[in-house]
Amino acid sequence: MSWFTRKDKGINTPTEAKREAPDGLWYQCPSCKKVMHTREHRILAYTCSNCGYHEKIGSQEYFELLFDQTRYTELDALMSSGDPLNFVDTKNYPDRLKATEKKTGLKDAVRTAYGKMNELDITVAAMDFNFIGGSMGSVVGEKIARAIDHSLETKSPFLMISRSGGARMMEAGYSLMQMAKTSARLALLDEAGIPYVSLLTDPTTGGVTASYAMLGDFNIAEPGALIGFAGPRVIRETIGKDLPKGFQSAEFVLEHGFLDFIVDRKDLKDKLTSLFKMLS
Amino acid sequence: MKTLLEFEKPIADLEAKLVEMKKLAVENNVDVSAAAASLENSIEDLKRETFSNLTRWQRVLLSRHPDRPYTFDYIENICDEFIEIFGDRTVGDDKAMVGGFGKIDNQTFMIIGQQKGRNTKQRQKRNFGMPNPEGYRKALRLMKMAEKFGKPIITFIDTPGAFPGLEAEERGQGEAIARNIRDMFMLKVPVICVIIGEGASGGALGIAIGDRVLMLENTWYSVISPENCSTILWRTWNFKEQAAEALKLTAKDMFENGLVDGIIPEPLGGAHLDYALATQTVKKVLLETLEELNNIPSRERILQRIEKFGKMGVVI
Repeated sequence: MSWFTRKDKGINTPTEAKREAPDGLWYQCPSCKKVMHTREHRILAYTCSNCGYHEKIGSQEYFELLFDQTRYTELDALMSSGDPLNFVDTKNYPDRLKATEKKTGLKDAVRTAYGKMNELDITVAAMDFNFIGGSMGSVVGEKIARAIDHSLETKSPFLMISRSGGARMMEAGYSLMQMAKTSARLALLDEAGIPYVSLLTDPTTGGVTASYAMLGDFNIAEPGALIGFAGPRVIRETIGKDLPKGFQSAEFVLEHGFLDFIVDRKDLKDKLTSLFKMLS
Repeated sequence: MKTLLEFEKPIADLEAKLVEMKKLAVENNVDVSAAAASLENSIEDLKRETFSNLTRWQRVLLSRHPDRPYTFDYIENICDEFIEIFGDRTVGDDKAMVGGFGKIDNQTFMIIGQQKGRNTKQRQKRNFGMPNPEGYRKALRLMKMAEKFGKPIITFIDTPGAFPGLEAEERGQGEAIARNIRDMFMLKVPVICVIIGEGASGGALGIAIGDRVLMLENTWYSVISPENCSTILWRTWNFKEQAAEALKLTAKDMFENGLVDGIIPEPLGGAHLDYALATQTVKKVLLETLEELNNIPSRERILQRIEKFGKMGVVI
């Protein structure tokens, strides 16, 4: 059994003797491996100072980045999912929801809020990928629909920040119809002439791409974000070939004419402000 | 050559026996009418029993039955006249999405639908009923044309999904579907959608925003196919039956959950057994539905369409 234990001395370090950096003080970029102070990382809007990699962040970080003095009013903060189909796969759906809620501290995969951005009124919906892959079920659809209603009532521009794998399977038909529900409200917003900016972040795929994420007056994206309808694995299986490098990246989607521009997260707030000012 | 599904076989066996019995009776000049009548009754009973107890997965199999009527079969059987229109005016013509003006009992409709193929060559031509972005753009072009000329729209949905290919992504599959969904809400003319086979996810929804969305009895409509659902949640295809149960994807399920507006009955045993009856039932429902919708002012109809989909979903 000697090949299961180390024979060389000095390699085994007991856990308590390990010296670890204090948690949360340093951030290592997963792309270029550069290590930076978390405070610096936060100041750079969670992008890498070396290679510009955009870390996947959630609704809380976007709200902090966009709203003046981080002051905003959240809409429907307590709304949560039912289990209309009594869906059971390897786990039952309510248990999955509860476990995810505990792990993330979130109620579902989107949060919506309104407030001031550089003193302009704005309504924002931001998705959280941590919550079952940012999947869209009834709550996501309903909260977005109501946020659009708020935008319509207050005549404030609507910003949708998508980060999602697509529709949520556990609500099956209901999830599918959220694509219709949200798009219907966007049709009204469009008719009312209120600006809608859709920001696509890494990743935005499936039913989200095939509904509200692609319906902006301005469809914009963060650099390097994966954007597509079908996921890369499915396409690879369909065509039986490897996919070209950069396929479905934000840059690729821009080159094919489906994005208005790509925006560095550090410039997001000011660029949106300029845009809305030009439109008003 | 007729294709038989597993649960259709016992019925087919009895039917073959009946034919044999009648043949023998003629050859040997014996009277078997009593026995034949009894066998006919058994067949009827077995059919009723089989088709009232189908599992969800069996319905999925029926919806994909290779003999099932497709979009063009409905068009041929219910239209007195039909002029097919091609192309999206941008990239090309998608053979998986067909459409044109058709006349049903003196009423002109714009009829649009996904089209599957019957044999290998046709299936390739029709891309197995999986449209590319140009298919959705062609559909929208035709719908806007219908709106311009004040003609009501019928869509027939029968797709295993929008095509997940490389070029489809390059040409904006997501954007094409999204635009259709949004713009269909604002169409000023009545829109009636009928799921005639498979209603797979966004690929189906891209032409399925209507004042009335109806499902034929043996069809399915959901966010994902049972096979793909099984692959994602169980990491193998083998749980497709469970997935079909969990997704609650049949016409009955979708109607009970308020996600579609009605169910159109099929001939006993499925639409493929009697094209005439199946298509005439659809025709009747379409004309009645149009009459109902014509009574609603256009703007009101649009708002009702938006409100109907707005109510879908369960939140706490």
